[in-house]
Amino acid sequence: MSHPEFAIESEGLVKHFGKTKAVNGVDLRVRAGTVYGVLGPNGAGKTTTVRMLATLIAPDAGRATVLGHDLVREGDALRRRISLTGQYASVDEDLTGRENLMLLAKLQGFRGIDVKRRADDLLEAFDLTDAATKQAKDYSGGMRRRLDIAASLVVVPDLLFLDEPTTGLDPRSRNQVWGIVRALVNDGTTVLLTTQYLDEADELAARIAVIDHGTVIAEGTSAELKASVGSGTLHVNLRDPAHRERAGQLLTERLGVVAHFETDPAALSLQVSDTARAAEALAELPRANIPVAGFSLGQPSLDEVFFALTGQTAENKEENKERAQ
Amino acid sequence: MNGLQPDARLHAVLAARGRPPRVGALSNTMAFGWRALLKIKHVPEQLFDAIITPVMFTVLFTYIFGGALAGTPRQYLQFLLPGIMVQTVVFATMYTGITLNTDLSKGIYDRFRSLPIWNLSPIVGAMFGDFLRYTLSSAIVVVVGIVLGFRPASGLFGILAAMVLLNVCAFGFGWVFTTLGLALRTPGSVMTFSWLFLMPLTFASNVFVDSSTMPGWLRAFVEVNPVALLVTALRGILSDTASWSQIGQALIAPALVTAVLAPVALVLYKRKK
Ligand SMILES: Nc1ncnc2c1ncn2[C@@H]1O[C@H](COP(=O)(O)OP(=O)(O)OP(=O)(O)O)[C@@H](O)[C@H]1O
Ligand SMILES: [Mg+2]
Repeated sequence: MSHPEFAIESEGLVKHFGKTKAVNGVDLRVRAGTVYGVLGPNGAGKTTTVRMLATLIAPDAGRATVLGHDLVREGDALRRRISLTGQYASVDEDLTGRENLMLLAKLQGFRGIDVKRRADDLLEAFDLTDAATKQAKDYSGGMRRRLDIAASLVVVPDLLFLDEPTTGLDPRSRNQVWGIVRALVNDGTTVLLTTQYLDEADELAARIAVIDHGTVIAEGTSAELKASVGSGTLHVNLRDPAHRERAGQLLTERLGVVAHFETDPAALSLQVSDTARAAEALAELPRANIPVAGFSLGQPSLDEVFFALTGQTAENKEENKERAQ
Repeated sequence: MNGLQPDARLHAVLAARGRPPRVGALSNTMAFGWRALLKIKHVPEQLFDAIITPVMFTVLFTYIFGGALAGTPRQYLQFLLPGIMVQTVVFATMYTGITLNTDLSKGIYDRFRSLPIWNLSPIVGAMFGDFLRYTLSSAIVVVVGIVLGFRPASGLFGILAAMVLLNVCAFGFGWVFTTLGLALRTPGSVMTFSWLFLMPLTFASNVFVDSSTMPGWLRAFVEVNPVALLVTALRGILSDTASWSQIGQALIAPALVTAVLAPVALVLYKRKK
């Protein structure tokens, strides 16, 4: 078997649903044996991209080679080497955890005693042995996600697609899923993971593609993405939220960049390129009777990267979308 | 699992690479048949319909029509019972489409579609699972019938043969509802369309009365109505007077439906997004 350098190479993938340009020319290069993060807000086209790459829907245009197979012409061969954990639970809620895994084992050629053995090994590794005989509909969110991922690993694939694997999970369950992803890559599987969480991509992914409105708007390692935004971010915490408006104006005048108001009503941040000028500008605040509670000058977070790339924060974007509906 | 270090158990299942040899379409289908049985085990309520409807139909129609149409309910029952068997099972085939439509809207079909298996096996497997429902329904009709005085000339062997023919034909008709289940958006619309289709077929038939007193145009319809042809074949089998041509005629429509609609269902399934 050949081992191409890239597990996924796509060029100009397009999928439109009527007037909705869900995916509008996506180019990806995913190095084999790594975690690749696809980051984007709601409706960016993440799921549609994954569904195309996993052979569930045919692209309207563009081409892709996945694990050396042509996506459209060699879908059958490809399905033998990939696995998908969809965004919405892809387990049978009526069946027990063990039955779900046994069904997939049977479908993929396990026979006799091996069917149950494989199911039980997976249940144990994913901390689900106690729930083996419970119906999946009675699982907690975290258990269901783990079962869902286990179901994708009945035959360990060369490439695994995880569509928003931690959305809606508590921090502990999220950590468990992260542990699974790390273990998988450690053992040689390439993982393409979509997420809306910037810290998740930062934490797991070797490289990240930021997508919005169906196109890739930035690509690179998390450090590169951060660097592309500026040398760093000045975070300022004010004593009194009432001063934020004025502080923003003043800093914007001095530094020539837009101030970004954070969720904390007393906090704001700015992208800065020159630390000396930032320090001077900061000193202006107390002189203008704006008491500062604290400040820091650090690497930008991915949230800020997103802001810099799209002019909107991921959260705002979601709100806008909800308001529009 | 602490989320920081991949632990040993996890590593062990992930290290077990390699895929067993690919299995055939039949094996895939059987696995999905097994899924259907498991679903019945876990959600037995879904069989209520298959149990209650046949009891109701048999008892009600025997006593409602029996006196008027044949002198006594018991005499009428000898005529009615094969018809009720067919009607019950044909109604039950409708659920194939509704269940499929509900099932398709869940994420699990994404998983099935991303597996290296025979495309149609999830659907055909579910249809095989329905055999249990059909067998149960028709067996209940027969038992209730026997309690009320049904005495088939053909004996036990005839009853079994009738049930086999009924299952085979139900599988064929099932493609109509499978196709509707794939083509329509909601379970509700599948139900509506299925009724529109089933009403004329089951009521403009010889289920309840012989067609000889019907007006010519209606008789012409009954003569080619697949449900009526199946009823005729079943009556023949149960009274031990069946001819091969009767059985052959009963099988024509289900065979045609399968030949035409199975490929249509495959296309619809592949197109489904
Ligand atoms: N089957 C479909 N039919 C019509 N429109 C669709 C379909 N699937 C997706 N879309 C639309 O395409 C766009 C992209 O959807 P997609 O599900 O790929 O986004 P996403 O990035 O996965 O979003 P989320 O974070 O909410 O899961 C959305 O506007 C969505 O409404
Ligand atoms: Mg999505």
